[in-house]
Amino acid sequence: MSDADLLAAVERELPAYARSLGITVDSIEGGSPVLVVPFGKIVEGRPTVFHGGATSGLLENAGYAALRVDLTRAGREQRLKPINVTVQFLSAAKSRPTYARGRVLRLGRRNANIEVEAWQDDRSRPVATAVMNVLMATPDDGSGG
Amino acid sequence: MASDLPPFDPATAAAFMLQHGHPGWLGMRYVAHGADWVELALPWREDLVGETGSGILATGPIVSLMDMASGMAIWTRTSEFLAIATLDLRVDYMRPARKGAAVNGRSECYRLTRSAAFVRGIAHDGDPDDPVAHIAGVFMSIGGRRDERR
Repeated sequence: MSDADLLAAVERELPAYARSLGITVDSIEGGSPVLVVPFGKIVEGRPTVFHGGATSGLLENAGYAALRVDLTRAGREQRLKPINVTVQFLSAAKSRPTYARGRVLRLGRRNANIEVEAWQDDRSRPVATAVMNVLMATPDDGSGG
Repeated sequence: MASDLPPFDPATAAAFMLQHGHPGWLGMRYVAHGADWVELALPWREDLVGETGSGILATGPIVSLMDMASGMAIWTRTSEFLAIATLDLRVDYMRPARKGAAVNGRSECYRLTRSAAFVRGIAHDGDPDDPVAHIAGVFMSIGGRRDERR
């Protein structure tokens, strides 16, 4: 799949929450989607600064997008259920677009571990990071576990 | 200087704090509070659904809810509106919220030092004894606390 096709596919799969927050797919980097959210009133916490919850929303969506891409590559179709997420806030995200990209560190049969970074102008200085554990349920797995 | 201000009251503060920006967009509202805890509610909304067709609130808005309830719990415990920043926040999801259900977030500031505040709490959709999620987090005060307790 070309990067352009992959970008369109990831964009199509963004859930309602991602769309209403204003998240779009910015680019494909090394086969992984980079998501972006513009600054605006709906993501604002303290004046001119992103609310931590909005940054977390971007991180989580980037994590799920990275996982969906890896699952599609592996020919797997599974429902994703969150187990947990830990968000670390490194510096205030100011009134500029914020980007995020996830990396699947472990893709098991039932669970995945994903690391996500969010940044603004300087890619080498992330504003926030997240670690997510996600459960992957198959349609015939009634227990969901 | 801040001593001239009335003590932080979450019920009063919610009237303006939850009207604007991200919390305002999410439609958060004040529910209850105690000496060191605050409970807020997040109404269900179609455009906050996390998985298309599921009718279940995404996890992102739950993080926003718990972050806000935690911050307000800290201000309630300290009685003053200090500048604080979330250092980290961990959310363990026990189960999905019920379809179409509002989610309440209750957070408690259980330990306060000169520069750090430790919080823990739950998100529930009606029964606090059957939570949707447990949370734990640490906040830092920006510029340090004014009072000199060490």
